[in-house]
Amino acid sequence: MKIPKQTLAFLQESGGLARFAGRVFTEGLHPPFELSEFLRQCYLIGNKSLPLVGTTAFIMGLVLTIQLRPALLSYGVESELPYIVADAIIREIGPVITGLIFAGKIGSGIGAELGSMNVTEQIDAMEVSGTNPFRYLVVTRVLAATLMLPLLVLLSDAIAITGSFIGINIKGVMSFGLFTDEIFQFLDFTDVFPPLIKTFFFGFSVGIVGCYKGYTSSRGTEGVGRSANASVVIASMMIFLIDLIAVQITDLLGFN
Amino acid sequence: MTDMNIRNDEAPVIRIRDLSIAFGTHVVLDGFDMTLAKGEDLVVLGKSGSGKSVLIKCIIGLLSPDRGSIRVLEDEVTEMDHPALDRMRSRVGFLFQSNALYDSMTVRENLEFPLRRHWITLSQGEVDDMVMEALTNVGLAETVDLMPSELSGGMRKRIALARTLILKPEIILYDEPTTGLDPITSRGISDLMVEIADKYKTSSVIISHDMRCVERTSERIIMLIDGKCYRTGTYAEMSRSDDPAIMPFFQ
Repeated sequence: MKIPKQTLAFLQESGGLARFAGRVFTEGLHPPFELSEFLRQCYLIGNKSLPLVGTTAFIMGLVLTIQLRPALLSYGVESELPYIVADAIIREIGPVITGLIFAGKIGSGIGAELGSMNVTEQIDAMEVSGTNPFRYLVVTRVLAATLMLPLLVLLSDAIAITGSFIGINIKGVMSFGLFTDEIFQFLDFTDVFPPLIKTFFFGFSVGIVGCYKGYTSSRGTEGVGRSANASVVIASMMIFLIDLIAVQITDLLGFN
Repeated sequence: MTDMNIRNDEAPVIRIRDLSIAFGTHVVLDGFDMTLAKGEDLVVLGKSGSGKSVLIKCIIGLLSPDRGSIRVLEDEVTEMDHPALDRMRSRVGFLFQSNALYDSMTVRENLEFPLRRHWITLSQGEVDDMVMEALTNVGLAETVDLMPSELSGGMRKRIALARTLILKPEIILYDEPTTGLDPITSRGISDLMVEIADKYKTSSVIISHDMRCVERTSERIIMLIDGKCYRTGTYAEMSRSDDPAIMPFFQ
């Protein structure tokens, strides 16, 4: 049986990515650990995406509130608006939108950076300089992305909820105390933790895809562009796939 | 292949036998032999794509050959594990064609990078002294806190050379050291290579097809043609050759 070329390419790519991810665990768990580079990456990755994540989160909270208001008004449950918006943000919109922005900003950045390092032989130079480039470049970035995205999601949730508070006060009046009471009266741990856990996986996939595409990019400037682009596309797709799987699992476990 | 032109008084620092490597169906090196004597400056000459860069990447262990033996400083590279490769690489410097300076680091951090090897413990003062010595050797001490992007092509080449020199290697592998540089800068780099070889008594393998650089730096030339060592001899001998495979290089 002849396997179609595209299927074969897809299988090779996903196999390569899986092996690459496996290597992060086998190499990342052994010393020497690149602690200072890891902290530098945490700062860069977290700090670089904060303004973008904050702005989109604020707008998202505000817009969602304004758009949901008429529907709730017609059912006479306008007072539920804070909780409904907050729940939507915490469960789905915060993690996914932040994840996608993170993929666009950080995934492409990592893909392009490692891709150009590969093209200009900097990765080979590290290897001959006695530093394991996989540990120094890949493990630190993947770990930083995995840990920074959940933090960014928590921040973006908070900013989006602030946006929602302003959205409510554009058309009506509600004190901040009442607003937060409305939210925390109904908000449960099962609303917060399952979505937060999936963001670790989102962050890991953004980091791993960016690193894989950059580290294995073909030589030449065209390869750099392609790896940056593919990093964003694949990482975004993976975010939706993980989201789909995560909701099934939380549903099975009865956390929905 | 003959070794008649090499010095016989000491064991060779690099000895390559029957080296073969192919990428898919494309055979790059096919039974290549080479010997580098201690203190010798050897140029490997060949057309673009003839496998010269592949050869030195095999020597430093970045590529594994399909067949053959590479002995560097008495040890077999093809049998080395990672720590052994690491130790070998601290004695063998590699100057990349694209310089491979780390864009995100200053010149100082670039030079300090090879000193990060886990078994090397140095005080900050010693590190600073080594960085300044390496930079002074290439005449660019004032650039220590600049970023690579602020330097010209020739300066970047010198910094890359300084980074190669910082561990005082016994052998230096040069991958097209003058490609992309103007004739004057190129001559400066060639002079610097000769100066370094004299000062530190290093042996070098130089990959190049810049004939002025070849003439300036070579003590012996190996012609790499069809994946094999086609002929070896001094610049003067080769330039007098009437072999149609060698003549075009010297015209």
